[in-house]
Amino acid sequence: MAGGTYEKYKSDGSIGGNILEWVDARFPATSMWKGHLSEYYAPKNFNFWYFFGSLALLVLVIQIVTGIFLVMHYKPDAALNANGVPVAFASVEYIMRDVPGGWIIRYMHSTGASAFFIVVYLHMFRGLLYGSYRKPRELTWLFGVGIFLCLMGEAFFGYLLPWGQMSFWGAQVIVNLFSAIPVIGPDLSILIRGDFVVGDATLNRFFSFHVIAFPLVLLGLIAAHVLALHETGSNNPDGIDIKEKKDANGIPLDGIPFHPYYTVKDIVGVVVFLMVFSAVMFFAPEGGGYFLETPNFYPADPLKTPPHIAPVWYFTPYYSILRAMVWNFFGLDAKFWGVVGMGASVVIFAFLPWLDRSPVRSIRYRGPIYKTMLTIFVICFFILGYLGTLSPSPMGELISQVCTVFYFFFFLGMPWWSRMDKFKPVPERVTMK
Amino acid sequence: MSNQGKMDCGRRRLVVATAAVGGAGAVAALVPFVSSLLPSERAKAAGAPVEVDVSKLESGQMMTVEWRGKPVWIINRTKEMLETLPKLDGAVADPKSDKDMQPAYAKNEHRSIKPELMVVVGICTHLGCSPSSKFKKGAEEGMPGDWLGGFLCPCHGSTFDFAGRVYKAKPAPTNLEVPPHVYLSDTRILIGEDKKGA
Repeated sequence: MAGGTYEKYKSDGSIGGNILEWVDARFPATSMWKGHLSEYYAPKNFNFWYFFGSLALLVLVIQIVTGIFLVMHYKPDAALNANGVPVAFASVEYIMRDVPGGWIIRYMHSTGASAFFIVVYLHMFRGLLYGSYRKPRELTWLFGVGIFLCLMGEAFFGYLLPWGQMSFWGAQVIVNLFSAIPVIGPDLSILIRGDFVVGDATLNRFFSFHVIAFPLVLLGLIAAHVLALHETGSNNPDGIDIKEKKDANGIPLDGIPFHPYYTVKDIVGVVVFLMVFSAVMFFAPEGGGYFLETPNFYPADPLKTPPHIAPVWYFTPYYSILRAMVWNFFGLDAKFWGVVGMGASVVIFAFLPWLDRSPVRSIRYRGPIYKTMLTIFVICFFILGYLGTLSPSPMGELISQVCTVFYFFFFLGMPWWSRMDKFKPVPERVTMK
Repeated sequence: MSNQGKMDCGRRRLVVATAAVGGAGAVAALVPFVSSLLPSERAKAAGAPVEVDVSKLESGQMMTVEWRGKPVWIINRTKEMLETLPKLDGAVADPKSDKDMQPAYAKNEHRSIKPELMVVVGICTHLGCSPSSKFKKGAEEGMPGDWLGGFLCPCHGSTFDFAGRVYKAKPAPTNLEVPPHVYLSDTRILIGEDKKGA
């Protein structure tokens, strides 16, 4: 496994062999290849849910490559051009209409943003199903939560760049969230915007964050996520530790080398994913108004909020939680508690390894309580997500309050309800269901 | 370094002192980066006052002008609109405009200098969206049946009356802001400056 020592490559006398021996004496090429791929032993019972980690890497590559090419034509400039259209907005139109192949690169990038969240949400759900966050994989999980936060920032900054109506007013609302923090809030939101209103300064710094700062942090966190995973070894649908049963050579009996077994398996996932991805990109790049929202086809107008504004779909569950907080507590405005609720609903995932007290990891050996709680949690998450796309209404507010309460009960009550369940005995060896 | 495992206290102090000075230098190096995020001198200078001619603003109409990048509404309120204000004193969160969201000369029943002419920043005090006008009474514009007219913020549903006063139990914490303004003549208003500044 990773961290082990591997012998350096000894040349067989061929030119290629000589080159590899030369490299290996100076750089751990063979060691990294073996440690992370050809001799990284992953449990042999991975199922459908284990596609999404490698798919997330694929989407990351798509986003980086398309992003590099978009930056060649995009201009982060809020000033109006000769036609009275903001330069940034016009440059996106230019990419869509005049740059050869520009439209497809941009649709890859915009579809990729939504695909990233779909894949990451499924990847996180896999963690909830099989207890992947449990000891000893807490750090893998924490780096993962960091990646998720970073991804949200990346998506938020990127959404401002087309400088459409939804870009502008979405950024206006989110930056103003920070002004709800007592004492430092108003100055903090000015510091974020770089101006008293969302403007050119904001657009330029968001561009910088989107193309430089956050991608760098994201890459670092992804490296840490994978290194931490390879240190402990992967979990599996049975939630048992394959390292406990090893053969005479110290290789887990239920482990198979990641390469070629899982690289080949993941190629199947990649092919299916790219079929769906291409279908969306070619036939429904706007995703029914959920991937690219209609008001964003109008240039930003600082004097007029569109009649209905909503964040992109992947933020709507948290947005509903923000809107559900309408009471003043402890002399602080409801606005502040909305921000706290929204932030807490994301950060609370980080505490899962310590909230879950069940003696087994996998849902396969947990009882009805976990299955019911997880089902209701997912339903609440979808309801909150749906309500977040709608205009505020008294009924929606009440439903989102109920769902918010359950959302937090799922986490905060977990130390108690996760222990009370009926558990099935865990098998010695992995099962191939 | 000591081979006997004994600590050389003098060297130790020097290491701590060096680390402390180096750390302070690293923190000081943050100053230019953080200050570069603050509004630039150009952004600060952009807040010049705006002069508006309201002679063509009919009764019951509103107009929007841009001041410091924000929409400022000028609403020529009808008698019926003004009559709704006292009726709503029980329904709004700050009926007497006690919170400091207006200059002293606009801290009155109608939150304006002239009773009919309202000058107000059209930015919701919740999260900065610009509310939409819902001037018609009742449910005609998708509002509740007992709606007396005013503004609805499309983002989080805060409602305001014709004086920009926020209704109770809505996300917006305060009334809409009345900017400093002054009448240069009967039909010309200067927004962004008042008599003290002029």
